[in-house]
Amino acid sequence: MSEKVLKTAFWTAGIILILAGAWAWYDRWANSDQHTNYTSLVPWGLWVAVYIYFIGLSAGAFLVSSLVYVFQIKRFESIGRLALFTAVVTLLMALLSISADLGHTFRAWHVLVYPNFTSPMAWMIWLYTAYFILVVLELWFVLRHDLVVGAKAQGARATLYRILVFGSKDESEATDASDRQIVRILATIGVPLAIMFHGGVGSLFGAISSRPGWHGGLFPILFLVSALASGGALLVVASAVFQDGLRKHRETVLALGTLVLGLLLLDVLFQVSEALVGFYGNEPDKIENLKLIYSGPYWGVFWFWQIGVGTLIPLALLALPSRKDARMVAVASALIAVGFLAVRLNIVIPGLASEQVKGISAAFNSDRVTTDYVPSAMEWLFSAGIVGIGLVLFGIGEWFLPKHHDSSSEEVSNVNA
Amino acid sequence: MTPDLDNADETIVQTPRAVDRREMLDRLVKLGAASLAVALACGSSLAPIARAAAAGATSQKYRYGMVVDTKRCVGCKSCMVACKAENKTPPGVSYTVVVENGFGERPGDRPLFLTKPCFHCQEPACTKVCPVGATYKRKQDGIVVIDYDRCIGCRYCIVACPYQARYFDFGENYPATSDKTAYAGIPSPEYGQFRTREDGQSPIGNVRKCTFCLHLQDSEGKYDKAAGRWPACAKTCTGKAIHFGDFNDPQSEVSLLLAARQPVRLKEELGTEPNVYYLL
Repeated sequence: MSEKVLKTAFWTAGIILILAGAWAWYDRWANSDQHTNYTSLVPWGLWVAVYIYFIGLSAGAFLVSSLVYVFQIKRFESIGRLALFTAVVTLLMALLSISADLGHTFRAWHVLVYPNFTSPMAWMIWLYTAYFILVVLELWFVLRHDLVVGAKAQGARATLYRILVFGSKDESEATDASDRQIVRILATIGVPLAIMFHGGVGSLFGAISSRPGWHGGLFPILFLVSALASGGALLVVASAVFQDGLRKHRETVLALGTLVLGLLLLDVLFQVSEALVGFYGNEPDKIENLKLIYSGPYWGVFWFWQIGVGTLIPLALLALPSRKDARMVAVASALIAVGFLAVRLNIVIPGLASEQVKGISAAFNSDRVTTDYVPSAMEWLFSAGIVGIGLVLFGIGEWFLPKHHDSSSEEVSNVNA
Repeated sequence: MTPDLDNADETIVQTPRAVDRREMLDRLVKLGAASLAVALACGSSLAPIARAAAAGATSQKYRYGMVVDTKRCVGCKSCMVACKAENKTPPGVSYTVVVENGFGERPGDRPLFLTKPCFHCQEPACTKVCPVGATYKRKQDGIVVIDYDRCIGCRYCIVACPYQARYFDFGENYPATSDKTAYAGIPSPEYGQFRTREDGQSPIGNVRKCTFCLHLQDSEGKYDKAAGRWPACAKTCTGKAIHFGDFNDPQSEVSLLLAARQPVRLKEELGTEPNVYYLL
C-alpha cells in the first residue's frame, strides 16, 4: 500500500521534473551559457555543486555495496544490487550535470587524448571513467545468472535479457561460482578506485592554494565522509521505495541508519574542526570564506538547509528512540540526501565568491565580473531535469532488472555460501 | 587600429603558431610517456618528475613582463579601453583591469591604482590544473596562452588563478556585433588567428586572458616599440606607468627599473612568481 503510494509519487515527480527541465535543456544547447548566472569571478555554480553531489552519492553507494561484495556482511546483503545500480545512475546524473557545465561539451574527449598529468581534474576524469566501467561490469556479473533465467520467458523484457547476456543460456553452478569470484575481485579493486576517484574530486578543490576556503589535506577526506553519509542515506530511501524495505528489510534499514548516523557525526566533527582551526588561525582570506558561509548572502543555505534539514533533524531522528522505527530512519535519510546538496553548494559557491584581488568587481562594470552569484531559473530547471532523468532511470531499472526484493536476498546468500 | 598594422599583418601570418602546436603536442606525448612510465613504476611522486622532464626540454629565450609604476598611474583606465580595441573582447571580458587600492586601504585620500593584466607567472597555477593542456606557458617567451580549439571550457584555470586574470566568454556580444554591423566583420587579431565572433564557435565557451598582445611579435618573437608593435595597454598608457619588456635582457627598460627601484609582486606567498612587478 504505502509502497504503491511512494512509487506513484516517484514516477509523477520524475516526469514533472523532466518536463520542467526540458526548456532549460533546450536553452542550454541553443544559447550556450548566456542564461546562466555564474561569472568570471564565481566561475563554478549550481551545476558543479550538483555534479559533486551526485558523484558523491555514486561513490558512497558503491562503497556501501562493498560491505556486501567485499566484506560479505550479511546484514546488508539485500541492498547490494540496489547499491550498485544506484552508483551507476547517480554517476550518470553527475556526468549530465558536468557536461552541461563545460563551455565546449563535445570536446570532453580531449581529456583522453590530450592528457595533462599535473591536473587533478584530469586524474579525476580518468579514474571515474575506469570506475564507471568497473561498476557496470560488476553489476552485469551480479545480475548475469538472473538475466539468463529471465531470458527464458516471453516478452520484451526477456528479449532485452537475451541481448544483455549475448544469448547465453549458461545457468551452470560452475559459471555462477566464477561470476561470484569475478564480482568479488571487481568489488575489491573498486574500493581503492572509488576512494581515489572521489578523493580526487576532493583534491580538485583541496589542492588549489589560491582558494583558502578549500585548500588543505582535510578536504579530500571530508569529501569521502560526506559521500558515504549521503550515499548510505540515499540507499535507505531507495530501499524504501523499490524494495518495500521498511517492512521487508527492516533490519537492514535500521543498520544502515546507524551507519549513516556515525558517518554524519564524523562529517560534523570535520566541519567543526575546519571552522575552529580556521577562525583561530585568523588568516583574513580563510576568515572571509568562513564568514561567507555562516553569515554571508548564503547564510540560509548553511543554517536552514545544511544544518537544519541535512544535519540536526536527521541526527535527532537517528539518535533518539525513533532510530528503531524504519519509517523515521527513512525520513532522516531522505533529509540527509536532500540536505547534502547544501553541503556541496556551501563548498563550491562561498569558496569562490570572494575577491581574490581587492576591488576587482568594482573595476569593471559587468554582471559577469561580480562575486554575486545566485543560480538562474535556467540553471535550477536544468538540474531539476537531471533529477527527473535520474528518477526515471531508477524506475526503468526497477522495471527491467531482475527484481531486487524477491530474489536478491537469496541470490546474495548464494554469494556467501 | 595600430599604425603599423599592415607590416604587423605580414609577421602575424608567419607567427610560429603551427610549429608551436606541433612542438607542444610532441612535448605532451613525451611528457605523457615519461609520466606514464613513472606512474607505473612508483605511482606517487609523479608531478615533480613530470615537471622536471618538461623543464629539461625548454629553454626560454625571452622573459616578457611588466613593471608598473603606480606613482605614475592616474587611474584613467585607457589601458582597459586600448586592450578592448586591440583584442576585440566581448562584454564581461577584459584582459586588464584597473583596481583601486588593490593593496588595501591606504592613509590619506589619494587612491592607489593597480593596472592588472595577466602576470604570466613563472610558476603558473592555472596551466598546471588544465585537464587537457589547453593553456600553457610558451617555452620561447614565457607568455601564458590558451589554445582555443583545445580548451573544453571547464574554467578550472579561472578557479586556480590567484589573480583573477582569466575570464570566461559567455557568448554575449556588444550591440555592434549582435546587430551585425560592419564592426562584427572585423576579426580579432588575437594569436594571429583572426577569428570573427560566430555563435557557438571558439572563443565563445572558452576561457580568455591577456596574451601580452603576442600577435604583434615579429617572426623572431620580438616586439618593436618604435613601430607600434607593443602591448596595447603599455603603448597607450597616458601616464607612462606601464613598462613592458624582456627581463632576460639586462639592459631592457624593465630590467633597469627592477634594479633601480624596490618592486613588489602580488601574493608572493603562493610561489607563482609573477612577471608583472609594481613600484609603489
